[in-house]
Amino acid sequence: MRSSWWKILSVLLLLYTFIGGLLMYVPRLDIVNETIRILYFHVPMWFGMISLFAASTWYAIRYLRNPGTFNDIYSVQLANVGFAYGMLGILTGMVWAKYAWGSWWHGDPKQNGAAITLLVYSAFFVLRASIENEDQRARLSAIYNIFAFIAMIPLLFIIPRMQDSLHPGSGGNPGFNMYDLDNSMKTVFYPACIGWILLGFWIASLRIRFRLIEEKYSLS
Amino acid sequence: MITLLKKEFILELRRQSVIAGLTVYLLSTTFVCYITFTLKGSTLSPVVWSSLFWITVLFTSIHSIAKSFIGEKRGTDIYLYSLLDPHLIILSKIIYNFLLCVLLSIACMGLFMLFFGNPVEDVWLFVFVIVLAALGFSASLTMLSGIAARANNSGIVMPVLSFPIIISVLLLVIKITKNCIDGLDRSVSQQDLITLVAINCLVAALSYILFPYIWRS
Repeated sequence: MRSSWWKILSVLLLLYTFIGGLLMYVPRLDIVNETIRILYFHVPMWFGMISLFAASTWYAIRYLRNPGTFNDIYSVQLANVGFAYGMLGILTGMVWAKYAWGSWWHGDPKQNGAAITLLVYSAFFVLRASIENEDQRARLSAIYNIFAFIAMIPLLFIIPRMQDSLHPGSGGNPGFNMYDLDNSMKTVFYPACIGWILLGFWIASLRIRFRLIEEKYSLS
Repeated sequence: MITLLKKEFILELRRQSVIAGLTVYLLSTTFVCYITFTLKGSTLSPVVWSSLFWITVLFTSIHSIAKSFIGEKRGTDIYLYSLLDPHLIILSKIIYNFLLCVLLSIACMGLFMLFFGNPVEDVWLFVFVIVLAALGFSASLTMLSGIAARANNSGIVMPVLSFPIIISVLLLVIKITKNCIDGLDRSVSQQDLITLVAINCLVAALSYILFPYIWRS
């Protein structure tokens, strides 16, 4: 019970996100209207994805320093859940773009950056699928994981800032905190982020435990 | 290290078929572009020119760099492994691939100017961008070809691994090329150039640090 406090916290925060996020007051704006509530579900996906991928890279580095299937399993399962988060982020973003911008895919720098991120991790899974030797697979995919994650940083955080974008919060478009004069949205947004991130790590930890048990029984 | 570089060059000269193959590859790609895009006497707009140019350069670079580890014979890497520091190997490969890329890109530029005319106003800046792009391509692709060489179907894995990584370099390069074509003042592209150099340094440093781990397997 003591070690599972963060799981309980995650459930409570997400309950609050769903109830508060769908029912509480949001600023009335033209065009965006009620779709502004996507903020509680779309943006936390990216925070979750980035933190899961960062954790995955962290375990990849640990694998290179200290090779063991343990670190490899951590790294891969974290990347898996991060990928799922990224897919959800892109899908929620597309639904929103359909209503706010008028088309599912708008070729916006942020959309493209997100798509490229997913491509990188697809390549990571392709690489893993095409190496048979287990040690080699773990080592090479760990190297690619580190390389790709660090090479992605300019793509996600520097280049989009240099281009015009329709996305809220960039290219002269105000982010949500400009509209959110009375901070009413922040009271849901921050808990939502924490809740979604914790949920991601929870799912990953379940997958990791499952894989570790599988590993144990395949050996004996 | 210099001996290693020399070895690369001698090997390359000996395998003339590869160089010839790459040249013909470049020629036929450009020619296919020429045939398909100038049907019925239409001409290319500058934007299409630059994107076609960079796509051609990208594919040629991937093909030429992919063979730097994939083409190596089985015994060679074990031999080198027992003799040398892996840092030296990756450095010499990167330098060699860099020179090869510059050569191929410049050739590609010549061909494009021959077939499609020359829309570029600021040629020297454009050449400089080509050199920087070649550096970025060689720094990241050499490393990736080392990974791909150990996978099963390395021919497919190589492009899959490299495209997403190379996109950040490509985006910047296309942006600067547009400035070159429009003949804008050089101070306009300055910030992009600095970012490009920074990305190159980042990628090169990563290759340098991570390569010994590939080599061990």
